Amino acid sequence: MDKKRRDFLKVAGISTLAGLGGTAVVDRLVSGTHPSVANASGGHGEEHAAPKEEHAVQEAPKTGKRYGMVIDVKKFQEDPALGERISRACIQAHNIPEFPEKKDEIKWIWMTGYENAFPEKSTLYKDETTEEHQVPVLCNHCDNPPCVRACPTKATFKNKDGIVIMDFHRCIGCRFCMAACPYGMRSFNWRNPRDFITEVNRDFPSRMRGVVEKCNFCAERIGVGQKPACVEACGDTGAMVFGDLNDPESEVRKLLKENYTIQRRPSLGTHPSVFYIV
Amino acid sequence: MYDSSKIIPGLIIFVLFVTIPIWYNHGDAGAAPEIKLPQDAKACVRPTAEMRASHMQLLNQWRDEVLRDGDRGTIEVDGKHYKKSLMLTCMECHTSKKQFCDKCHDYASVKPYCWDCHLAPVE
Repeated sequence: MDKKRRDFLKVAGISTLAGLGGTAVVDRLVSGTHPSVANASGGHGEEHAAPKEEHAVQEAPKTGKRYGMVIDVKKFQEDPALGERISRACIQAHNIPEFPEKKDEIKWIWMTGYENAFPEKSTLYKDETTEEHQVPVLCNHCDNPPCVRACPTKATFKNKDGIVIMDFHRCIGCRFCMAACPYGMRSFNWRNPRDFITEVNRDFPSRMRGVVEKCNFCAERIGVGQKPACVEACGDTGAMVFGDLNDPESEVRKLLKENYTIQRRPSLGTHPSVFYIV
Repeated sequence: MYDSSKIIPGLIIFVLFVTIPIWYNHGDAGAAPEIKLPQDAKACVRPTAEMRASHMQLLNQWRDEVLRDGDRGTIEVDGKHYKKSLMLTCMECHTSKKQFCDKCHDYASVKPYCWDCHLAPVE
């Protein structure tokens, strides 16, 4: 075959140019069609789209439910046994295993020091009650939950009532959600939890080794019109009040209107649905 | 072919060897499992044939409706209301996992992971 180097370089050069130029032209054509389509369908919709999205991030949606909770820390200070009662109620309701070693621990709701719950607050000179007492912590059921964004299988998701729950069937145990949660409210089953459940509740499943779990706001109970187990354990004390934050007439909204409340790490923009009266 | 006197018998032996499972079990699929049906319940949520063929799809559908859509409504069959739940509905009538679920699953050699988390009735 008689092929000259000069001819080969000519063909190669032209095809390179055609390749580069061709993709550029195609890209231009594709991106060129998009704005015209949007304009045709929405008229002035485009300029409103961006601020609307920002608005959605900053404020809770006005329609639909958003379950939340108001916790009165003072009631927990008055009754030191209350903290143990609520975590016990949760353990029984959800078949939470109790491992002998702390590193295996599974926790949904528990009592912790004030500075752990609210690390952004100054604790340089704490008053005596804050020093002596603990604060209950649980999943905040954020309106903008980072764990949901991190989950690769959509095992963690926000349901129609604004509760961040887990579909354990889908959890692959990657623990991205644990890294994403800025509150550390998730636990991982390092061991098979079956043998470490002290009191079995036959109305609720257990979990298996290799899944993450956390508070589900008792979705299975509120779905049938009951209160969450921890709220029920508080009885008439009013230490924990559960309700719809989007309903202006609800008890939680009344409490929020009457009391000064704080949220955990509000600067992160996760919009927690759990409020604390301190 | 060179050495055909060795190669052909060798091939025959090889084919017979790899097909051992087929001719060894030929015509004998083992006795079909006999499952214990509930004594006090006559009707299931779906007809027997449908349940036998597609109970797994129904369970998945229930799971998605209850958990993901939050639709915890009951289903009505012949005037009776049933919850969409494996533990609270199916196992209420089929009180024995060993006599009901496992019989067929073992026979068909399927290993569903339901009971890794869900609690089987005490037997």
